[in-house]
Amino acid sequence: MLIGWFDRVVLHTAARSLEVFPSVIAVDQKGLRTTNMKHYEVEILDAKTKEKLCFLDKVEPNATIGEIKSMFHRTHPQWYPARQSIRLDPKGKSLKDEDVLQHLPVGTTATFYFRDLGAQISWVTVFLTEYTGPLVIYLLFYFRVPFIYAPKYDFTTSKHWVVHLACMCHSFHYVKRLLETLFVHRFSHGTMPLRNIFKNCTYYWGFAAWMAYYINHPLYTPPIYGEQQIRLALILFLFCQIGNFSIHIALRNLRPPGSKTRKIPYPTKNPFTWIFLLVSCPNYTYELGSWLGFTLMTQCLPVAFFTLVGFIQMTVWAKGKHRSYLKEFRDYPPLRSPILPFVL
Amino acid sequence: MASSEEDGTVEEKENNNKKRTKSALTTAWLTFYNIAMTAGWLVLAMAMMRFYIKKGTHKGLYRSIARTLKFFQTFALVEVGHCAIGIVRTSVIVTGVQVCSRIFMVWFVANSIRQIQNEESVILFLVVWTVTEITRYSYYTFKLLNHLPYFIKWARYNFFIVLYPLGVIGELLSIYAALPFVRRSGMFSMRLPNKYNVSFDYYYCLIIVMLSYIPLFPQLYFHMLRQRRRVLHGEVIVEKDD
Repeated sequence: MLIGWFDRVVLHTAARSLEVFPSVIAVDQKGLRTTNMKHYEVEILDAKTKEKLCFLDKVEPNATIGEIKSMFHRTHPQWYPARQSIRLDPKGKSLKDEDVLQHLPVGTTATFYFRDLGAQISWVTVFLTEYTGPLVIYLLFYFRVPFIYAPKYDFTTSKHWVVHLACMCHSFHYVKRLLETLFVHRFSHGTMPLRNIFKNCTYYWGFAAWMAYYINHPLYTPPIYGEQQIRLALILFLFCQIGNFSIHIALRNLRPPGSKTRKIPYPTKNPFTWIFLLVSCPNYTYELGSWLGFTLMTQCLPVAFFTLVGFIQMTVWAKGKHRSYLKEFRDYPPLRSPILPFVL
Repeated sequence: MASSEEDGTVEEKENNNKKRTKSALTTAWLTFYNIAMTAGWLVLAMAMMRFYIKKGTHKGLYRSIARTLKFFQTFALVEVGHCAIGIVRTSVIVTGVQVCSRIFMVWFVANSIRQIQNEESVILFLVVWTVTEITRYSYYTFKLLNHLPYFIKWARYNFFIVLYPLGVIGELLSIYAALPFVRRSGMFSMRLPNKYNVSFDYYYCLIIVMLSYIPLFPQLYFHMLRQRRRVLHGEVIVEKDD
């Protein structure tokens, strides 16, 4: 015998360990381990009825929720991935598309719950529709299209120069918003529920019509303090428009194209972004400022009302965003307020 | 209004099964409030009956009870606060709509438009409101004192079936009767030109209010019907365990 029984035991154990614990670990493109890849089984149940909707076997452990949604879509073509909410618990939070199966707290047979989010529509579509409305509607009133005012005023123009200025500002504002939607904003969610477009358009279009009716009315009364008031209002409006745009650009540059990363925004070389020192959501602050400027310029109560309602909504959003910043980042600057420096 | 940029998906309302451990102070306040309101509406009922028995007509009845009515109906705004801070488990919006419609009828229709105060429709809704409120507040009072007679519970969840539509008819007829007087006087209205660059026509506002009964009334009515089924027949319908 060339090797004793003891050596044979050692050799045998060593050989077996090489099988179970390979010395080379294989890794795929995502950097996830593919050695000793056990396939998962995935079952998807309805969150409300608990009925089994789909069973997928031979799912790779490095599959993402997004891929699982695509597979589910193949078996249920009416539920495209954007309207699927996949969660670990029927009443829990939705899992993200980027979540990887093997990193989730599931066994090799994973059970997920599905909730139908309803028909979805893309954010870009909603924004384009809700912003084009006010642009067009205001112009209809500006040009005094028939059936709005008394027939003798059809296609006439206002004799007050502030009305022309207001039209330019209002149109500029919505053109800016449309261009930003197309070229600047990077959306973290692709879609929203379809019913939102009706709600949002009613709000924007309704208010635009209500404001435009009075500003372009033949009996419109220009601001009390005349040119001084209008000039101040215009400066405020333009300042805040530039500020709002600067913030949108700064936020866009935080996020590389196609990614959904979240970072703390900081002031840049652009002085309009220095407000980040005091405020979490300066885009809303500037938006409020723009509309205050427009209210002052037109001295129109419906505009003031629109500004107020918008302010309330933006404050709610700013507070939510501020709270999620605080939750996500330990080192979030403490001096910042959600929307108004030191106040709100 | 555009959806929050944070959440473009439908947010599921978390089912909070918080046990509301009411403090002694809360219970004491609510009990006091409901007793006071029951008493108030009883006083109104008696004043109305006494007037009718004494005078034999409903003309002038509104004027005689106007102050008491305004006080107790306006005080009901407190109930919206109760829902908002959570000591009463009802939706703020449902309570808000109901109380606001009452306030509107009292202050902006009956009180402001004197010419309709002797209309039968006004007496109709006043009687309906009185019966409804006495039933409702005594129901809450007895519930808080843990001594609820079945009759009160039965009344609370059955009277409305007839009273609610009757009340709506009374209110709508009253507003309709008020329209010509509003148009003629131009009350609460603002015309162009003015320095606020806004206009408001109370006449059309009233018409819109009347039209709003069409979507709102069925919702409130079916809300009550659902509650009735839950409360009165709760023992009969067995929750299916899945």
